[in-house]
Amino acid sequence: MTFWILAPIMVAAALGILFVRKAVHAALLLAVVMISLAFLYAVLDAPFLFAVQIIVYTGAILMLFLFVMMLIGVDAADSVVETIRGQRVMAVVLGLAFGTVLVLGISQVTFGVVVGLDEANAGGNVPAIANILFSRYVFAFEATSALLITAALGAMVLAHRERLTPKAGQAALAAQRMRDYAEHGKPLGPLPSPGVYARHNAVDTPALLPDGTAAESSVSRVLAARGTVRSAPALADDIDDVRRQIARFDGDDPTAMPETSGKAGAPATTEEDVQK
Amino acid sequence: MTQYIVLSAILFTIGCVGVLTRRNAIVVFMCVELMLNACNLAFVAFARQHGNLDGQITAFFVMVVAAAEVVIGLAIIMTIFRTRRSASVDDASLLKY
Repeated sequence: MTFWILAPIMVAAALGILFVRKAVHAALLLAVVMISLAFLYAVLDAPFLFAVQIIVYTGAILMLFLFVMMLIGVDAADSVVETIRGQRVMAVVLGLAFGTVLVLGISQVTFGVVVGLDEANAGGNVPAIANILFSRYVFAFEATSALLITAALGAMVLAHRERLTPKAGQAALAAQRMRDYAEHGKPLGPLPSPGVYARHNAVDTPALLPDGTAAESSVSRVLAARGTVRSAPALADDIDDVRRQIARFDGDDPTAMPETSGKAGAPATTEEDVQK
Repeated sequence: MTQYIVLSAILFTIGCVGVLTRRNAIVVFMCVELMLNACNLAFVAFARQHGNLDGQITAFFVMVVAAAEVVIGLAIIMTIFRTRRSASVDDASLLKY
């Protein structure tokens, strides 16, 4: 029963790996296949492998896949350009032929009566596996330990990057900063934070410089790229609006106030001014 | 019994086609893992068929070797990506020339 529920899910997820464009989606579909496989192991009287499948495959290996995917870029979609002409079609045809031959061949075979693992698992599945693993397969077990150590060393060697340039120290960084200031006028201190001297202190509001212009560098480049930064003339208008309100409370003529918006295009007059 | 082996064969075939058609090295690697898992399923099914645990032991060893293989393979993919800024299997063709 479990098999007939899980098998279509597994085949569908495995087929999905072939068709999805993004590698992350393929990893998630592979996780579906692997967890379903773990349940099939449980059905097949292999509780130890059920746990190992979930811990090692879905826990460790898939996480490693996702980790590397994050390192080399999540949205690196697969290219659909064929470098060898007709390779995709040939692969699908060959795969279909191979699968048909396998399935037909297997369905011709009669496997006889299933012995079942009740006898072998009598003292528990894990002790039974341990008995065999540490007696008959002990040499293979030792060999895998050597393999794992070699793999860990190899991963370290491959992932290690030799430093080609000397590491920049604090003195060198400070000298570089001064040079940038002298040659390009880059500010020495930290950049102005958004919202300083502006009417709003939200992150999408550029700071206003003393002359009323907006400091573009005070807003995150991400917001600037998205185009969600509030425009400077409108902000300057906000400032003017505040000053007008203050002036009205004081009973002064608002037009007598010095114009604060240094930015071109800022409306100097509002409806109230027009009415006057 | 037969249905487990048939499912294993189908998964193996899908993995095979994936290795042949996909271009992203990581996805190719995932398809290799899918093939290994399909073999594991056959091993475990046959262990139940024959009533001894050797198949399960073999599946366990396959998992261990697959873990080591993934570590090395992903490290190689990362190294290639670092030098060539690409994870496509078609771009790593310098040995041809």
